Amino acid sequence: MSAVPANTGPASTGTEIPESDVLVRVDNVTKHFPVRTSGLIRRTIGQVQAVDDVSLVIPRGKTLGVVGETGSGKSTLARCIAGLIPVTAGRVTFDGRDITNLSRRAMQPVRREVQMIFQDPYSSLNPRRRVGSIIGDPFAIHKTATGAERKRQIQELMERVGLNPEHYNRFPAEFSGGQRQRIGVARALALRPKLIICDEPVSALDVSIQAQVLNLLTDLQQDYGLSYLFIAHDLEVVRHVSDSVAVMYLGRICESGPEGDVYGSPRHPYTAALLSAAPAADPDTAASRQRIILTGDVPSPIDPPSGCRFHPRCPKARPLCGEQEPQLEAKAGDPASHVTACHFPVVAGEDLAAAYRSEVA
Amino acid sequence: MTLLEVRDLHVSFNTADGVVQAVRGVSFDVDAGQTLGIVGESGSGKTVLTQTLLALTPGATVTGSATFEGTDLLDMTEDQMRHVRGERISVIFQDPLTSLHPLYRVGWQVAEMIRAHDKSVSKKEGTERAVELLRRVGIPRAEQRVNDYPHQFSGGMRQRAMIAMALALSPRLIIADEPTTALDATVQAQILDLLLRLQQESGTALIMITHDLGVVADIADEVMVMYAGRAAEKASKRDVFYAPHHPYTKGLLESIPSSSAAGDRLIPIPGQPPSLINLPSGCKFHPRCGYVFDRCLTEEPVLRPVSEDGTHTSACWLPVEAAGLSEKAEELREETVREGRGEAAAAVAEAAAADIPGVAVVGIDGEGAAQ
Repeated sequence: MSAVPANTGPASTGTEIPESDVLVRVDNVTKHFPVRTSGLIRRTIGQVQAVDDVSLVIPRGKTLGVVGETGSGKSTLARCIAGLIPVTAGRVTFDGRDITNLSRRAMQPVRREVQMIFQDPYSSLNPRRRVGSIIGDPFAIHKTATGAERKRQIQELMERVGLNPEHYNRFPAEFSGGQRQRIGVARALALRPKLIICDEPVSALDVSIQAQVLNLLTDLQQDYGLSYLFIAHDLEVVRHVSDSVAVMYLGRICESGPEGDVYGSPRHPYTAALLSAAPAADPDTAASRQRIILTGDVPSPIDPPSGCRFHPRCPKARPLCGEQEPQLEAKAGDPASHVTACHFPVVAGEDLAAAYRSEVA
Repeated sequence: MTLLEVRDLHVSFNTADGVVQAVRGVSFDVDAGQTLGIVGESGSGKTVLTQTLLALTPGATVTGSATFEGTDLLDMTEDQMRHVRGERISVIFQDPLTSLHPLYRVGWQVAEMIRAHDKSVSKKEGTERAVELLRRVGIPRAEQRVNDYPHQFSGGMRQRAMIAMALALSPRLIIADEPTTALDATVQAQILDLLLRLQQESGTALIMITHDLGVVADIADEVMVMYAGRAAEKASKRDVFYAPHHPYTKGLLESIPSSSAAGDRLIPIPGQPPSLINLPSGCKFHPRCGYVFDRCLTEEPVLRPVSEDGTHTSACWLPVEAAGLSEKAEELREETVREGRGEAAAAVAEAAAADIPGVAVVGIDGEGAAQ
């Protein structure tokens, strides 16, 4: 294994797909939140580097999965793409149009095509409004259908997501968690968007219900040619729905590529550790696999580590890792679409768990 | 050696809407040094079950027995119970942020646990032991962190502090109620690793309550699958994962994207868990079951042995031999359903199949029925 020199060229987006197949292109997007002192004069004393120099591509009709732990910046990234918060630097292109920091008015037509499904079906539905009216909101906001026509379309949507259209006048409290998430899906689907951003859409649901919603999302994608940006911390759920996967750590993408490549032969030690840590619902797999137990916690994004942001927790870290930031690039033997930001990528068959350094050892 | 022996435990609550039958006749044993995994979805009664053992369910109507080291936990006075809680049986709750008091230092809270049970321990000794415990659960620079407040700890560290507290008095049994659900995967791995190691060191028995079959696959010896307040299936870990008998267990496995039972397309369980106030007749799972036949509608099955050695038990009317994921077992199940399903059960099966596309209901083309 040899040190790979850092690539100083432009960050690779990890895709060699034709431009016409690209729905969303994110170029070097950075989002920093200022940290201010309290009091009258709110001096800025630092920046939370929530998303830092992230580039990715969502192809038409495909699913890009984003995995990462709490604080990795995956939800912030989603909000930047949806135009819910302005980006600090970088560019977001949707369907060939630059939509970076558009005004509210200019953003309006784009919002029809980008919808979101949120994590918690309990807090994302107004408890005092009837389900029909919640699902009909997009029609009202964008003035696309009124009266009887709106009701017909809403009931069609309800049927499509597996809800009984007769429950049009019920309140969210009368539905279970899985059904509520279907209401959220119906609302997202109302304007026939091109992209649906799913931010942890099933993590609040029980497994048997989770499978219902995942299957529904898959069916809708096939029927309407939707693209998904699918964010979750559950690696197996992401694997199940995604065509390609990006792994985030502390605001950066540390590895991305086709689902089979990233899961099959992870090159970044963090990806390898995440995969080894995920609980496998299979006793033999659980017993035979070597867990890579990471030491410590994710550092603060206000003052991220120098060089590779993962180096303080990395079992393979060497002095170079703390000094020089690795670039996302295809490693030896990988297809051009599988890129990793690591100076010393994991090689096939390497026993990372041997470098197991439990802090409690 | 049997440490805890629970027999026919019933727990119900009177509410304005009616009687909630949270636990309806559960029996199980926990041996010293063993790990029992209790799996179930929201509302299956798994938390109420264990909280009842420690008299943490005020207002509940409880019947049955729970013998721990020779005494019935359910007959204890409040005073006796205070000596069991924390000292003999301790609990780790799901959310470490709400389980720790935000206004007291972590070290003080760990020391308080010790001092509450042993008045002879001075404040200084208590703090020293807290440092020692925090070190044991892997908190770096424990002698400094002992003076931190909970908000200065990360989620994983808070859960470590909770574990330190649970260990403080060397209990014989630890009940961990979804201890890693609020944590990230890498931190979850750290905590499970820690629990396993501490258990091996001290020979403590563990009841692990979780909805995550992955956690169970990792650390349990025995598994009890709960549904609507009862054990649907109880077996060794291997039998539950590789030879499930109850259609609910099988359905859970097929719902998980990572399990060997799940194929390209997930097979969800149709419908929703039942209301515990208004339970269905017969087998409580029958409205959601792909193998429903007439007997399921009228008679509630009880746990019976489905393996030769009798350790694998299941509460389902399907033939005893119909365990596992093999084609032969599936044929046997389908044959039973064909013979036993009359009009009433067929209507239930149709309703289940119509609930969502893609569910597997024997005798009905799921896709077709749903469209």
